[in-house]
Amino acid sequence: MNNEATQFKDRNLNGSKPSLVSQPTQAQELTGAEILVETLLDLGVDTIFGYPGGAVLPIYDTLYKNPKLRHILIRHEQAGTHAADGYARATGKPGVVLVTSGPGGTNTVTGIATAAIDSIPMVVFTGQVATSLIGNDAFQEADIVGITRPITKHSYLVKDANQLEHIIREAFHIATSGKPGPVLIDLPKNMVMSKGFYTGEKDINLPSYRPVTRGHYSQIVKAAELLSNAKRPLIYAGGGVIRGEAWKELTEFAERTNIPVTTTLMGLGAFPEGKPQALGMLGMHGTWYANMAITDCDVLLAVGARFDDRVTGRLDGFSPNSWKIHIDIDPSCISKNVAVEIPIVGHVKNVLPELDKHTKKPEIDEWWNTIHQWKKDHPLSTPKMKDRIMPQHMIEVISEVTKGEAIVVTDVGQHQMWAAQLYQYNHPRSFITSGGLGTMGFGFPAAMGAAVAYPERPVVCITGDGGFQMTPMELSTCVENKIPVKIAIMNNGYLGMVRQWQELFFGKRYAHSDLRRGNPDFVKLAESYGAAGFRVTKPEEMKSVLEKAMQINDRPVVMDFQVVEEANCYPMVPAGAALNEMV
Amino acid sequence: MTPTKVEFLNGAEKKNAQLPKHTISVLVSHNLNALSRIIGMFSGRGFDIDSISFGQAQEPGLARITITTQGDEQIVEQITKQLHNVIDVIKVKDLTYVSFISRELALVKVSAPPAKRSEIMQIVNVFRAKIIDISPDKLTIEVSGSGDKISAAIGMLQQFGLVEVARTGSVALKREFTGDT
Repeated sequence: MNNEATQFKDRNLNGSKPSLVSQPTQAQELTGAEILVETLLDLGVDTIFGYPGGAVLPIYDTLYKNPKLRHILIRHEQAGTHAADGYARATGKPGVVLVTSGPGGTNTVTGIATAAIDSIPMVVFTGQVATSLIGNDAFQEADIVGITRPITKHSYLVKDANQLEHIIREAFHIATSGKPGPVLIDLPKNMVMSKGFYTGEKDINLPSYRPVTRGHYSQIVKAAELLSNAKRPLIYAGGGVIRGEAWKELTEFAERTNIPVTTTLMGLGAFPEGKPQALGMLGMHGTWYANMAITDCDVLLAVGARFDDRVTGRLDGFSPNSWKIHIDIDPSCISKNVAVEIPIVGHVKNVLPELDKHTKKPEIDEWWNTIHQWKKDHPLSTPKMKDRIMPQHMIEVISEVTKGEAIVVTDVGQHQMWAAQLYQYNHPRSFITSGGLGTMGFGFPAAMGAAVAYPERPVVCITGDGGFQMTPMELSTCVENKIPVKIAIMNNGYLGMVRQWQELFFGKRYAHSDLRRGNPDFVKLAESYGAAGFRVTKPEEMKSVLEKAMQINDRPVVMDFQVVEEANCYPMVPAGAALNEMV
Repeated sequence: MTPTKVEFLNGAEKKNAQLPKHTISVLVSHNLNALSRIIGMFSGRGFDIDSISFGQAQEPGLARITITTQGDEQIVEQITKQLHNVIDVIKVKDLTYVSFISRELALVKVSAPPAKRSEIMQIVNVFRAKIIDISPDKLTIEVSGSGDKISAAIGMLQQFGLVEVARTGSVALKREFTGDT
């Protein structure tokens, strides 16, 4: 290994090393670390989020010599995976993470699981001890491939530097195609130090992996017939519309047929909420009218959604009288929780235009009358107080100041549900949230990742005092890289959603959900990092502080909105109840 | 009361007797990551494995895994779909819906003092089993066939005192010619 290290050094000193940026036409012999950087650049990766350590030092040395690949030094590997995740959700491109062996890898687990359950394309590179030491309980050794197996779409342990390039290309293909997901590549130290060939060969031949893309024709015709003759049809659109970039197709279809659309938490932004067909979000904290519509509809078209329990409520009460059509790229999502009559496996972007071609505009005026009545009788409410900030009011003002044009990134809890309900989303990829896993600590680093991808767009992280304290260390990363994330902390002094459940279902016994005695001064915390900090206590201050924050473009801004402590998020479908049993 | 060895071996089958049995044949890349992913998928999603066998397939670099499991239609449909989601899996076939041949093999070591040997050998003949090892007081018997036949053979041999039993689990292939023309 010493010999290899010397060679590595010599190659760079004598200047004989081939240029890393050139388009190679024939195989070049490079070190594993160089192959890694070269392949990432060739795949169009512009940013990676990482943290160095012993096992990945040769890679960092290569990054040092080739600064073309932007590396953002995060302050915790978990935040690094969330940042890559936020970057991926905002752009549609895979997020890339580089961490060291052992604890570096294990710290990525929460971020990988968050990405896996929400189908986010991500490639995670973990350092590993040298192959000769694997299995010996070496320093900073962890079986990260084994640890992450259930939460990755696929994983690799590199055993030959000659295979590295091919493995990376395959990993990106798997992460971004079909139903996207995280892929992990474990890089033993001797693999990144030893030499192998870089070929530039882009072809991928994976006979065992060929995701279906076109929907079955006769299934589409059957679905179209059902929709054309429906009396009370409804589209239930999920995150798959955003992952599959089919928002245009969905909007065209819904506008032409005038079929109402409800979106899941993950689907927010897939259909512009300003359109008359929009019913907002459904599910546990969905709108009254969306939940009533899904319960009463006669034909339900699920598009890139997976019938999650937070969406369906009690299964036997979920849309009991409807014919169900389900478009999904993942066959295992079909009839997993709810049996559907017409499954269509395929890429939404291909299937929706086909369906549009065959569907006649149904006659549903009566259905719309019913829905309009529901909307009138049970609108979403934004309670306001004169001298205290109601949390719903805070979201409304953020929506107003940013004119609905910001990328909103949330953490998990009450503020997440209010942000989902009350901010008007008109663009896809403008609402970023941990839907499936519900990962607290996700919001701020994910917002950072989105802001790295779009430095010119306003990125607002709506978070809680609990969630923000899980990953506040990334203020350091934002200050260093001048990432102007606007962090709006909905500070109610509680783990709000936990407290709400304790109030409603556990006799107001607030076991360990009160954070007030330990909360820091968030303004001082921000200032100690070199970030801007504002405290907002009165409703009339909200607008001016937000406007001031929007002007700051060279550092992160922390806004401590001190809101009413014991507000509850409604409407709410209690756990185990059906969707039409809202409180 | 402690269950007998045979009751213990059959325990899982008896408990879930109402669920239909399925034999699933999976063609997969021959590597441990793939095998771990498949087994992890079963445990992580709460599916059962009654038996599993893993061995080289005819094609180089590939392995065939035969899994016997139980479940209603919805469960088994999920199992096959989730198996397909494993990147290294090339082909999944639920043989339950076609005509197929399956075999299981067991090695059964029983205590066999000279006085009992001929009685044991009679049982061995009835089950078309083979004696493959002998010592002054023990016999090792190889028996192959369906799981039921093996359980029956072990049941009959139990009276002599089972010393050790090793069962392989099923291996199965689709039957090519069923007589229909």
